Amino acid sequence: MPRVKIPRKSTHVDMTAMCDVAFLLLTFFILATKQKPPEVLSVNPPNSISAKVAPEKAILITMTADGRAFLTLGDDTKKMDILENINQTRGLNLTAKDLQKWNKQEFIGLPLNQIKGYLEMEHPIEPAKMPGIPVKDSTNNEMIDWIRSISNAYAGTDQNKLQQILLVKGDNEALYPVFRNIKEALKKNEIYKFRVVTNGQPVPVGSELYNESRS
Amino acid sequence: MAEMNTAPEKAKKGPGVKKGKKLSTKVDLTPMVDLGFLLITFFVFTTTMSQSTAMNMNEPKDDKNAEMKVKESGAMTILLGKQDQVYYYYGNLDSTRLNEQFQHTNFKDIRDLIVKKKKETNIDDLMYIIKSSDESTFRNAINILDEMSISAVPPGHYAEVPMSKLEQTLIHDYETANDIK
Repeated sequence: MPRVKIPRKSTHVDMTAMCDVAFLLLTFFILATKQKPPEVLSVNPPNSISAKVAPEKAILITMTADGRAFLTLGDDTKKMDILENINQTRGLNLTAKDLQKWNKQEFIGLPLNQIKGYLEMEHPIEPAKMPGIPVKDSTNNEMIDWIRSISNAYAGTDQNKLQQILLVKGDNEALYPVFRNIKEALKKNEIYKFRVVTNGQPVPVGSELYNESRS
Repeated sequence: MAEMNTAPEKAKKGPGVKKGKKLSTKVDLTPMVDLGFLLITFFVFTTTMSQSTAMNMNEPKDDKNAEMKVKESGAMTILLGKQDQVYYYYGNLDSTRLNEQFQHTNFKDIRDLIVKKKKETNIDDLMYIIKSSDESTFRNAINILDEMSISAVPPGHYAEVPMSKLEQTLIHDYETANDIK
């Protein structure tokens, strides 16, 4: 009787395909992850339960932990108008070339009387080393001038847009008076609504809001 | 699990005679797959989905004529001091019983106090008055507003007001007595 020969099959599975999938996924995740832009000013905002996403192109007032205030004009369509406006209203004597150069800077963090000198410098100061826009005392609150120029640029129908993009971002450890003076500057220009950048957090379980949203 | 080397090994034909072993060109990819998935898992877990959110702020107009009258029975004043300290009192400060009225707490317990006050009080009379001292931080100011939304206090029932001299002194006294720097 001929013996039936059962062929011995290898238990080996070809791993090539699985390997391809693994690395494809890996590549996808790495490429799809949006890198956080390197922060020039390190600011650690407080937490809140707010779930609304902050707009990316914003007029941003930043408060650092040591109480300096910076301004970022993220809306490129209006940036030049704002700079020209403050140049005129505060008589900064900037030439068109200076303004062009200024337009390229991301952060504004100098007292107005130092702007001219700064723009003529060959090696500009890094934003992290700037002294910040003076806001500390109410007699010399240059933020008022800045907000005025901003609201001039957004006059009329753009007013709603300004409300959407006006953000205040502050460090946890920034002292309250800085924030108060910034609020004061906004109020002086009749801006009563603005938004504060925070780190989103879920609503605590068991709190009133939590119970309300569930019922 | 790993694949065995299936190329049959032929017997040597004699001393000094070497025949090249026929090696399989297949490479075992299992460790590479492991590595791939390990990296994926690592990246997925370490990536924080940090998204900046925006909190709405509504400032009142400075209008002397529109000043709000608040019932004393419905008012709770929350004072923010340095080192994340919180002080509070109900109604108006009465100089004869300051010690009894003026209480100290912290951010953990303030939520319960807010909710307690809210439950005890007629909603129309309810008013939280928030006063930040110059030594409190931005975080304190935001957190207390956040506490208001967490406790579902309707907008218009809390307001930020500058601190009075008496309150400043009371906080200062508490700080010196309890060595808060």
